[in-house]
Amino acid sequence: MIHARCNSPLMANFYRFRCLPIAFGFPQNTIYAMKRYITVITLALLAIAFGGCKKAASLLPPNEIKVGEFTSLTGVNATFGQSANNGTQIALQEINAAGGVLGKNLNIIVDDTQSKAGETSTIVHKLISQDHVVALLGEIASVRSLEAAPIAQENKIPMISPASTNEKVTQAGDYIFRICFIDSFQGKVMSKFARSIGVKHVAILTDTSKDYSVGLTDSFKKDFTANGGLIVSEQSYSGGDKDFGPQLTAIKAQNPEAIFLPDYYTEAPLIMRQARQLGIDVPFMGTDGWDSPELLTVGGNAVEGSYFSNHFSQENASPNVQRFVKNYKDKYGSAPDGIAALGYDSVYILADAIKRAGSTDPVKLRDAIAGTQNFDGVTGKITLDANRNPMKSAVVIRVQDHSFRYLETIDP
Amino acid sequence: MEIFLQQLVNGLSLGAIYALIALGYTLVYGVLRFINFAHGDVLMIGSYAGFYIALELSQQLGATISYQIAFLMLMGSMLVCAGIGVLIELLAYRPLRNHPKLTVLITSIGVSLLLSYGGQILFGAQPRPFPELIHASQLHITKNLTISSSHLIVLLVTAVILLALRFIVMKTRFGMAVRALSMNPQAASLMGVNPNAVISWTFALGSALAGAAGILYSMTIQSIEPLMGTMPGIKAFIAAVLGGIGSIPGAALGGVLMGLVETFVGGSSFSSYRDAIAFGLLILILLLKPAGLLGKAQAEKV
Repeated sequence: MIHARCNSPLMANFYRFRCLPIAFGFPQNTIYAMKRYITVITLALLAIAFGGCKKAASLLPPNEIKVGEFTSLTGVNATFGQSANNGTQIALQEINAAGGVLGKNLNIIVDDTQSKAGETSTIVHKLISQDHVVALLGEIASVRSLEAAPIAQENKIPMISPASTNEKVTQAGDYIFRICFIDSFQGKVMSKFARSIGVKHVAILTDTSKDYSVGLTDSFKKDFTANGGLIVSEQSYSGGDKDFGPQLTAIKAQNPEAIFLPDYYTEAPLIMRQARQLGIDVPFMGTDGWDSPELLTVGGNAVEGSYFSNHFSQENASPNVQRFVKNYKDKYGSAPDGIAALGYDSVYILADAIKRAGSTDPVKLRDAIAGTQNFDGVTGKITLDANRNPMKSAVVIRVQDHSFRYLETIDP
Repeated sequence: MEIFLQQLVNGLSLGAIYALIALGYTLVYGVLRFINFAHGDVLMIGSYAGFYIALELSQQLGATISYQIAFLMLMGSMLVCAGIGVLIELLAYRPLRNHPKLTVLITSIGVSLLLSYGGQILFGAQPRPFPELIHASQLHITKNLTISSSHLIVLLVTAVILLALRFIVMKTRFGMAVRALSMNPQAASLMGVNPNAVISWTFALGSALAGAAGILYSMTIQSIEPLMGTMPGIKAFIAAVLGGIGSIPGAALGGVLMGLVETFVGGSSFSSYRDAIAFGLLILILLLKPAGLLGKAQAEKV
């Protein structure tokens, strides 16, 4: 009977009249039992109250804007992914120190794609459905951006790729943007540069397993032959190959004046070392995939005197570049590379678009990003065209004395 | 013609490396009748052993890489690999001696994964430049035909090792025991051959060959990373099957053939299909000669 009464909500009030049971002649031990019940109920009510408070708090608009970043922090493209992430972290720090965006702090949720196909889609799904991010930043490699883009497009979450240069990436839909130049432009830059240093006979070595390498080869070849150049030899290999002797021997026999090698820093220095061993001493010409200190450590003397196109040079004297370089060096102890600069710009472009949109509503945000014009980034003035690709200039870097030296800027 | 000869040199040099690795597969197959899939990863361990020995020696002596250091590297790497090979056999394969061969085969795949991914933790996943053992120079025969110093070294070292192996297998008591064991294990043990000891030594010998191949391979490709052993391991396994698994001259022949095919396809305009063509050729040869080029067809005892 006591049991039943204690369970009723009215019994909570009974606590205030705890002297009453004695007055009504209840035995002492029953009173203790009732007290215990009452305590339990009180605690339960408190718990519900606090739980309710918590729930109510999360229904309020949060005081931060969540952005998802997916990048290759580990695996074969680890140095690219880490650089990009270093760049976004510097931008994040600067933006939040200056008061955030729309009065809220930016919060970047970083997830590692491990440089793996398959992993990327899992992570992007997680960022969208679990973390409810308002926009996505990533990936570095075109092949993984191509994996993520349809997912972002389907969920109507704007995605900005800092460094995927393959044309197809932004063709996935109107929510997919990039801020680096595209392969067709980069191929043209190197072709223009080759002609400017008087090179007429070029050999090409392509990795047929990478969209990046194949796309660059196409655009280089088209521009170079259209302007009177001659491709004397075209050889290919596929990712994971280690021995390039046969291809290099075939190239050597055609006596090219330069060799176009559009690949990442992982394979490029190995190929150049093997080439030097075979007695090939002409310069190699590469693309932004070369931009990593590992090109120098692995390549050693074999990479000296070669050229590559890039997004950014830390030797640029403009004040915002120098501020970025200084902040980067203070935090990480080394100079930023092109990918870090692109990661940095990607956050600023997004923050700028959120400010102009005045909200994080996906449709408004998409329109604001698409309307980016003459944005003064560390990688140049960025205007996005109708295909959501930037129109900007490229720099040519020369490998000299075991460092990357700025050579010239080439406009589109 | 010059290009043909040049590719021939490239192909022989790559083939020599495959031959060394293939011999390890064939030796182990001879005594145990199973394929040791961890063999390619022992090669990787050999490369790293050589890398660290070179690093340590050049620091201690304050000298750059010389022929003496290169020789010590080769010996050191072979020793380390021999030790690792014996250890793998003792810990992973010996407890399964009386189990079905399939169990041991699967275990060897497990050991292979353990070594390569353990290597990623231990050495780091980043590729590292392999020290230049000798100053790269070219021997010019004609304008377009040059033999680089590394090709020459690969061919010389392989020739010496093959001769030494032939001597060991044909002229020593240990070699006789290996041959006896591969012919008939029961009869051999009745004749006083201790199978466990012979198997251990065979693993030491095969793994030492992988160690030597590791140094030569890293010298050719000029960088090392923990997953580097997988592809040459698979190709050398195929070379061993191609030549007739269990046959020592067969492994050498298969390796050289594999290297030549790969190089000639790689230098042609079909270079991105080089593995497909190399493996296609293998299927063709095995269709015509199922026991391999030098293998003897054996009726399976039931």
